[in-house]
Amino acid sequence: MSEYDPNIIAFLCNWCAYAGADLAGTSRLKYPSNVKSIRIMCSGRVDPVFILEALREGADGILVAGCHPGDCHYQSGNYKTSRKIRLLRRLLRELNMDPERVRFEHISASEGQKFADVVTDFVNELKVMGPNPLKGECQ
Amino acid sequence: MERIGVFVCHCGINISSMVDVESIVERVRELDGVVEAKSYKYMCSDRGAQIIKKSIEEKGIDGAVIACCSPRMHEPTFRGVAEDGGMNPFTVEIANIREQCSWAHDSRERSTEKAMKLVMSSVAKARLLEPLERGRTPVIPNALVIGGGIAGIQASLDLANEGFRVYLVEKDPSIGGRMAQLDKTFPTLDCSSCILTPKMMEVYHHPNIDLMTYSEVLSIEGSIGDYRVKVRRKPRYVDVDRCTGCGDCVTACRMRDRIPDEFNMGLSNRSAIYIQFPQAIPLKAVMDSETCLFHRFGKCGDGPLCVEACEAEAIDFEQKEEVAELNVGAIVVATGYDLLDPASLHEYGYSRSKNVITTLELERLISSSGPTKGEVRLPSSGERPRSVTMIMCVGSRDETQCSWCCRIGCMTALKQVILLRENLGEEVEINILYTDIRSFGKGYEEFYRNVRAENTNFFRGRPSEVRIRNEDIRIDIFDTITNKLFEIRTDMVVLVPAVVPRADSGEFARMMNLSRSGDGFLLEAHLKLKPMDTFVNGIFIAGCCQGPKDITDTVAQASGAASRAAGILSKKELENDPLIAVVDADLCSGCRICISLCPYSAIEPVVETMAGEEVVHAEINEVLCQGCGACVAACPSGAINQMGFKDNQILAMIGVLNDCSDAGGLK
Repeated sequence: MSEYDPNIIAFLCNWCAYAGADLAGTSRLKYPSNVKSIRIMCSGRVDPVFILEALREGADGILVAGCHPGDCHYQSGNYKTSRKIRLLRRLLRELNMDPERVRFEHISASEGQKFADVVTDFVNELKVMGPNPLKGECQ
Repeated sequence: MERIGVFVCHCGINISSMVDVESIVERVRELDGVVEAKSYKYMCSDRGAQIIKKSIEEKGIDGAVIACCSPRMHEPTFRGVAEDGGMNPFTVEIANIREQCSWAHDSRERSTEKAMKLVMSSVAKARLLEPLERGRTPVIPNALVIGGGIAGIQASLDLANEGFRVYLVEKDPSIGGRMAQLDKTFPTLDCSSCILTPKMMEVYHHPNIDLMTYSEVLSIEGSIGDYRVKVRRKPRYVDVDRCTGCGDCVTACRMRDRIPDEFNMGLSNRSAIYIQFPQAIPLKAVMDSETCLFHRFGKCGDGPLCVEACEAEAIDFEQKEEVAELNVGAIVVATGYDLLDPASLHEYGYSRSKNVITTLELERLISSSGPTKGEVRLPSSGERPRSVTMIMCVGSRDETQCSWCCRIGCMTALKQVILLRENLGEEVEINILYTDIRSFGKGYEEFYRNVRAENTNFFRGRPSEVRIRNEDIRIDIFDTITNKLFEIRTDMVVLVPAVVPRADSGEFARMMNLSRSGDGFLLEAHLKLKPMDTFVNGIFIAGCCQGPKDITDTVAQASGAASRAAGILSKKELENDPLIAVVDADLCSGCRICISLCPYSAIEPVVETMAGEEVVHAEINEVLCQGCGACVAACPSGAINQMGFKDNQILAMIGVLNDCSDAGGLK
């Protein structure tokens, strides 16, 4: 097996977090390439099944990022998702999976630096945590 | 889709310097369903569009993956290209390999690897995309303009002159905004009211403009083409149809000269019933119920004197607040700015001496309709100041306060130098303490040179403290040009405060569903290319609510916003984005969870009779649905899906990003 290189799947809302990630690029801020994003219109679109499925398939970390509280383009999607993720993390603990593998962040369209920092920090944390124990089951 | 074309853009060298584009092209050719793979230097160029169209024609592709910059940038471009070429525009998927790949990473090998994954995941999604059709909504040809300053006035006039009905909502009793408070404007020294009042009159008399002063937007529903807006009309306690604006009630009021006059920045006092300023439009009195004796105590001497004085019998204590409901197709937001309260910066002494004032207060002192009838006098003693010191960048360009430049401070101060000399004579000593002089506009630098040539003392630096002992004001300033510390004795200090977002801008943005930038001003859709647009379709912004600017730029932006709004209003109907949620009635159990979640009340329960039994299922209104997907994620039966973001499409992407073999599709 090659050296462990965490794989992060990020669900980014179109209006804030995805724009923030774009801004990080436009500002030429460098962050690890371990993160690959899936654009959705609102973080509220994130079905917990997406996260469970991604973990089952061996993703080491899942980042869900939406607008800041009160700034949701769709009024409250970010709030709904933050609650869902809190529950999901509890469920992960029950399943003996480290809940820290799933992160929810508020990143605005003007926070390119925050996006780069969150990714960098998450990658470092996942390196300490080690690979997803389910890795390899379906690869 | 079954016949997918993949088009990888070099973006000059923006992508190709960090991503091996050709290796991606070679690799994706191997993928299931991919019948065409090409790269080009600039895919968004006309030549790039030709390449895509040729593939549609010759290879019969029915889906496309474009690996290029962010979909926030060029998704509409490539959808348009596909449509032009005869393909369904909604079977186009963008893989963002510039902003989120080549620009963000510094290893070519790793960037290429990541770009490959992103393209492959987009191909996986494209295989499952479906052709979609746009719905159509009729457009209500009315506009709402919020804010009656120069920006709102200009936008209203432009729209009204184009033939659209305009509702102009202003929270104050009169339109005019900040510009009405100014005496003269830079760099031409035009008298502010001389150029503003005719425009205010034009608004008032325009047959297409419904002027709603002393009113506030309460709520907003609907979407582009069909917004429903509730406006609260505060009671003036004066019948505007009867009031002639004579001002007799103002002089009669028992509270006369006892309430700080907001328009004069508290430098003079008004009555409880007042006319906001002499050129107010509409020129009608307004009663301030919070200070009116009759309103507060139910009693005003032997009877309210205003009622006695008013020959037109316009006073009406019984007036009630009204809520007007408007139906508009587009909205221009022009809510303006506030000035930083210098009291929060103790070192400048604003709250310690009456003779430390702001530029706007000086503007009122200079104005012939101001508290001193245009004579600049010391607020403490009423004497002529012999020396005036202006301190620029109070709170501006200051990391601890407002990091931004206020853009109007330098020119305002330079203009006031000229006005002060006109007012106080050549012998007045004027000191300017500046950080940099930013005279960027047309004719501004020339204006600055003229002032600099006159007998004015310029110190480059920020004062450490304004020391105040009674009437004696001293300022310590280290001049960074001569590298010397100076002590200035002065009679009057004029602070040039930072331009800040309106105090209620957070609340307002939330109500309108608009975003704000880090500084708190309303966020434009693109700083350079869409400076009037917001992220909410059909709502545009103009003037200082978007960020500090001078009158020239404000008027330009207001006309721009009006023109953007007119582009919508001039259409009979709009095409709706089909990327919305759709219910599969057969799967829906009628649990109604989605109904409670929808922020737009777009979902309704529908009762149907099936095999003699009544069954409930949810139905989504395609005009109201904004496509957030909250209901999709929450549906316990999996009966709702979001077009363009279906569960299976997203799961396919996840599978590819995980190198998961049962995600399928890799030959």
